[in-house]
Amino acid sequence: MSGVILFTILTLCAIGVLAALILYFVAQKFKVYEDPRIDTVEGMLPGANCGGCGFPGCRGMADALVKNDDISALYCPVGGAPTMKSIADFLGKAAPEKEPQVAVVRCGGSCENRPRTNLFDGAPSCAVAASLYGGETGCTYGCLGLGDCVAACNFGAITINPETGLPEVDEEKCTACGACVKACPKMVIELRKKGPKGRRVYVSCVNKDKGAVSRKSCNVSCIACTKCVKVCPFEAITIENNLSYIDPAKCRLCRKCVAECPTGAIVAVNFPVRPVSAAETGTSVETH
Amino acid sequence: MLKTFRIGGVHPPENKLSAAKNIEIFPLPETVTIPLSQHIGAPATAVVAKGDKVKVGQLIAKAGGFVSANIHSSVSGTVTAVDAVPDGGGVRKPAITIKVEGDDWEESIDRSSALMKECSLTPAEIIAKIANAGIVGMGGATFPTQVKLSVPAGKKAEFLIINGVECEPYLTSDHRVMLERGEEVLVGVRILARALGVEKAYIGIENNKPDAIEHMRSLAVAYGDVEIVPLKVKYPQGGEKQLIAAVTGRQVSSGGLPIDVGAVVQNVSTALAVYEAVQKNKPLFERVVTVTGKALTNPGNFRVRMGTSLRALIDHCGGLPEDTGKIINGGPMMGRAVANIDSPVTKGTSGVLLMRAAEAKRNEPDVCIKCAKCVSACPMGLEPFMLSKLGKLGMFPEMESYHVTDCIECGSCSFTCPASLPLLDYIRLGKAEVMKIIRARKS
Repeated sequence: MSGVILFTILTLCAIGVLAALILYFVAQKFKVYEDPRIDTVEGMLPGANCGGCGFPGCRGMADALVKNDDISALYCPVGGAPTMKSIADFLGKAAPEKEPQVAVVRCGGSCENRPRTNLFDGAPSCAVAASLYGGETGCTYGCLGLGDCVAACNFGAITINPETGLPEVDEEKCTACGACVKACPKMVIELRKKGPKGRRVYVSCVNKDKGAVSRKSCNVSCIACTKCVKVCPFEAITIENNLSYIDPAKCRLCRKCVAECPTGAIVAVNFPVRPVSAAETGTSVETH
Repeated sequence: MLKTFRIGGVHPPENKLSAAKNIEIFPLPETVTIPLSQHIGAPATAVVAKGDKVKVGQLIAKAGGFVSANIHSSVSGTVTAVDAVPDGGGVRKPAITIKVEGDDWEESIDRSSALMKECSLTPAEIIAKIANAGIVGMGGATFPTQVKLSVPAGKKAEFLIINGVECEPYLTSDHRVMLERGEEVLVGVRILARALGVEKAYIGIENNKPDAIEHMRSLAVAYGDVEIVPLKVKYPQGGEKQLIAAVTGRQVSSGGLPIDVGAVVQNVSTALAVYEAVQKNKPLFERVVTVTGKALTNPGNFRVRMGTSLRALIDHCGGLPEDTGKIINGGPMMGRAVANIDSPVTKGTSGVLLMRAAEAKRNEPDVCIKCAKCVSACPMGLEPFMLSKLGKLGMFPEMESYHVTDCIECGSCSFTCPASLPLLDYIRLGKAEVMKIIRARKS
């Protein structure tokens, strides 16, 4: 009886040792070296896994940061400059620089400015509405107001203002990851340079209809009158497809176009209130 | 026992209010707006300019590719604009606007009502005539008919199936066409069969139209091998694949085409249009439209010139009722809600339905309890609850593996859902996205 037990134990031990040896050699043979710095860099990234850098998650970004010699094209919009600098210092590479950006909703078509012509009662999704028809107002380009951008934002930076029916971006929370830009079927949201002290001038309209048509559907639409192009001293404004666009790289924030725009489609934000000039020109200078 | 298709299906209330109303000729409107894209495929290219005088039946836009269709003027008068005009969804699309002056037809069109039975043209000649006349599938899908009749090499058509099902609630245009223009439809059927080189033709009619079944049966004896097949009432029997399954018992496989099982399906109104094009040289510029709705004073069936505004139709039938909640281009199941009442009647407009606010209102959606009613209802054997969920989450590659491209967008799932979920909304969205992915992969 004891012989059987002894034999069993010895056999099992022998199999165990043999299996361990095989596993050891196989592990040696197929060993994959992974740079330990990848783990460290991943720890330094914010861990939002938002995809704003272009990689599926922070791990992919960390991998690219460690493996690429030149990391100037890589940027974590969530962590921003401080994170990128500390990672670059750790890896001994040149830190990529990028001006801070922010998501900008280019539509001023509030309930007041852009009257509803019909009611959409389908699934509450901009993508669904956009696939079915032109939208609840006469403007087929502007914001649909059903909140796909709100759902896409991982940081709770976008909310729909119930009064205007338009999304509003919380500049403090926005990391410029671009998820809302991708989610918007109408391409209303754009990432723009945040600007000094958050000051920005932009055309808050994406309507490409001819002036007369777009004006009919919305009070604050760009009518492509070219006044802004003429008044701009820095050649920052261009008009294409009946729509004006201000190049953030060229704009020097003089706000001449804001005063000139007859419909108020050009918006200046975060400027100190200048009651005199605003009253004179009668334009709506938004201040946040 | 009556035939029907095997998988899924629902039975919505029929509400065929205008079934007993004769087809009236709709008075000429003052202007017509004729969109350049009234069919599936490439939009047509305008061949007239502002200021040109046109006659009824004159070619005003040429097909813009193989899968495309010619467009003819439905009226005589002066072209006032070739410009973007809001369609039913409010989106601006290119269209030709014509101011109506008199009613001067092209001389080549035979306007007599004499029945011309004999057709001795070759299949190629017939298909060319159909292509010239700009005929598209008039059941609503608006697929260019000449493309459907051009059987690809290696495939063989065995029989023709004519769709007289009209399974959409409210709509009665095909029903009236069969009753009032049955002989012409049958000549059209013979011409279509000749073009395909087949002998056998079936006409599928649901048995909620016993008068049409009787009438067509009595006429069909003189037209060779045409069999009238009465079908059990079930939606969406008018779907191509469902109709094939109902009439012949053959199943078109996932991703397949009717021709794979030897079938070609055409609508009865298309057969009528084919008759008129081939025998009378009359291009497709008018069609029978049902204008209906429970609150409408005077619903009816009308022969309408393309480009007439929906507003004109509604005004003619007693005006827009006050509590209208929705105006639908087509039937209640597959039709599209219209945001712009001034949009025109096109080749695919089989009906205009006005729903009262209470009828049109969607119930508040609840949570999915996985009861699988939608799975039982789906005539394509799909899992709508899963597809809808994936569509909502934007998981489009997964939707492809769940065969979303087989979805015929019949709406049976949304109709049957006890939680009133907008199932089809998300499925349709996902289907469009998956189609984009597939196209990108091919190119």
